[in-house]
Amino acid sequence: MKKTLFDKVWDLHVVDTIENGPQVLYIDRHLIHEVTSPQAFKELEDRGIPVMRPKQIVATADHNTPTINQHLPIKDVLSRNQLNQLSINCKKNGIKLYQLGHKNNGIVHVMAPELGITQPGMTIVCGDSHTSTHGAFGTVAFGIGTSQVAQVFASQCLLLTKPKSLRVTVNGTLKNGVLPKDVILYIIAKLGTNAGTGYFCEYSGDVFKNMSMEGRMTVCNMSIEMGARGGMIAPDETTFEYITGREFAPSGNKLKRKIEYWKTLPTDEGAEFDKEYEFDAADIAPMITYGTNPGMGIKITENIPIDKNESSLKSLEYMGFQQGETLLNKPVNFVFIGSCTNSRIEDFRVAANYIRGKQKADNVTAWLVPGSKQVESQIIAEGLKDIFDAAGFELRQPGCSACLAMNDDKIPQGEYCVSTSNRNFEGRQGQGSRTILASPLVAAATAIEGKIIDITKQLN
Amino acid sequence: MQKFTTLVSTAVLLVNENIDTDQIIPARFLKATNRDGFGVNLFRDWRYLKNGAPNKDFVLNNSLYNGNILVAGNNFGCGSSREHAAWALSDYGFKVIVSSYFADIFKGNALNNGLLPVKVSEEFLKVLFQKIKENSKTKIIVNLETQIISIEAADLSEEFEIDSYKKTCLINGYDDIDFLVANKNKIEAFEAQQTQ
Ligand code: SF4
Repeated sequence: MKKTLFDKVWDLHVVDTIENGPQVLYIDRHLIHEVTSPQAFKELEDRGIPVMRPKQIVATADHNTPTINQHLPIKDVLSRNQLNQLSINCKKNGIKLYQLGHKNNGIVHVMAPELGITQPGMTIVCGDSHTSTHGAFGTVAFGIGTSQVAQVFASQCLLLTKPKSLRVTVNGTLKNGVLPKDVILYIIAKLGTNAGTGYFCEYSGDVFKNMSMEGRMTVCNMSIEMGARGGMIAPDETTFEYITGREFAPSGNKLKRKIEYWKTLPTDEGAEFDKEYEFDAADIAPMITYGTNPGMGIKITENIPIDKNESSLKSLEYMGFQQGETLLNKPVNFVFIGSCTNSRIEDFRVAANYIRGKQKADNVTAWLVPGSKQVESQIIAEGLKDIFDAAGFELRQPGCSACLAMNDDKIPQGEYCVSTSNRNFEGRQGQGSRTILASPLVAAATAIEGKIIDITKQLN
Repeated sequence: MQKFTTLVSTAVLLVNENIDTDQIIPARFLKATNRDGFGVNLFRDWRYLKNGAPNKDFVLNNSLYNGNILVAGNNFGCGSSREHAAWALSDYGFKVIVSSYFADIFKGNALNNGLLPVKVSEEFLKVLFQKIKENSKTKIIVNLETQIISIEAADLSEEFEIDSYKKTCLINGYDDIDFLVANKNKIEAFEAQQTQ
């Protein structure tokens, strides 16, 4: 039978199928962080069950960490406790932890691919919805809740009903200045925030084939914002090249054998999907969101649609926008380039390239938060930091930061923030904050101008 | 986990669509290392004004509405995977959430905590909204065994779906860990076969 990429990886990991019920799915790698793991460790301890495969777990501290003075003790007592608890739990159970300050520390979805932990054909889970990021490697990767974290601790497996399959194809060539972030914001704006519920999504077509691994990760990262549990892109030469030489990647003959296997993973010609969508790359433009869910996106030059739905009206009221108006020239005082969506080296290169020789507007506070220690070092080594410093941007230390504002990096009440993160929910970046999602290029341009501008004018 | 069979209760209405888990429990309350006590911060930023006083316009502060059932707009529980959202809803006292759509991860989290997500049709949801708005004392009956949700006085009902394995778990109060640990042999055999 002809199989999809998703089928191939999923089916190979099925340990057992319960009659009229879920399947037992084997998990190759389990990533954990400080926020969603403590209750799972406690659950196991209370039930007297040991962690079954500690060597298949990797831990990092990211959600709740400060992005300045990481060498000092954390001021907030609760945050400090949570990080201590993670250290204690990892030590007790023999789990490798990259704690704050470690050279491998970073946002879980940035550091794992970077270290070569993420590989094609694997199943990967993490107590975080953006685990879909790892699907960029042709991996079945998805977010889980804390009860499931405990299940994987206890059995290295999960009980799941196999999701349905969905394919989004984008063929053609992207226009100048249209980044992977715009592609995924466009897809979500077209399909809505629950089009993917119950599905695993494969992205196919020229656009994804020609994308870098960083770009593919940006796309897969936001699969969850259209409701899909995960997103996947078939592994190819770009994937193999990215993995080769990374710390935990196989090497030599082992790698050769793996690559042979990985080459068998792409969807068979003629395999069927439960649902399919197709878009034309030429129709995609730099995007921006105007509401309080990631599906409320428009091309930067478009006007906010007229929509009388009660929830949409509430959302616009929260954002302080009117139906039918343009976002161009709206003053913006905060810009955040970071999060597991757009905090990889390529994102900072795009930003630096635009910023070089320019000055940020006086009204803007611009935070640049790398996704990992390695990205941070690279920013410095490539001289990007000098460009940012000269332009008045603030390069901070790695972590989730203002993406979810669990630490002190909060956007104040009522303020707009053009952000490269993935969620524009009410209060996501701080109580009363108003988030506008965009690509790193649009974010950089906003910081320079102090307002939203039509970036396409400068590009053509 | 607590057993669940049938629930008869009045309901709380939250008509908003796309209620995400950041609204159910904002990130700043996720610093705890245990599962208890999240109920006080349920819907925190809708429930309280900036100065800490209760927001009179929010349904949880409206004494007309109460009960163990939350009836909410389409696509409930989207966004972050935080199970704290399910813990907060349970801790507050909800046992059933009714909506016309649930985000995947939230649905799983709820079921793992004995909180029953009941997915109804858009039409039935509209009727529920209307009946409860007309009379906040309207009783809703959720029968897990027959998989039927009904509006008592109106003699209206609808069947809902649930995975039969999950249903057994809820009715008996088992959870997935019990099941998986009992199947350890199979899992180890699978591992052995993989490394060959
Ligand atoms: S950067 Fe944001 S979305 Fe990504 S893992 Fe951290 S909190 Fe979640």
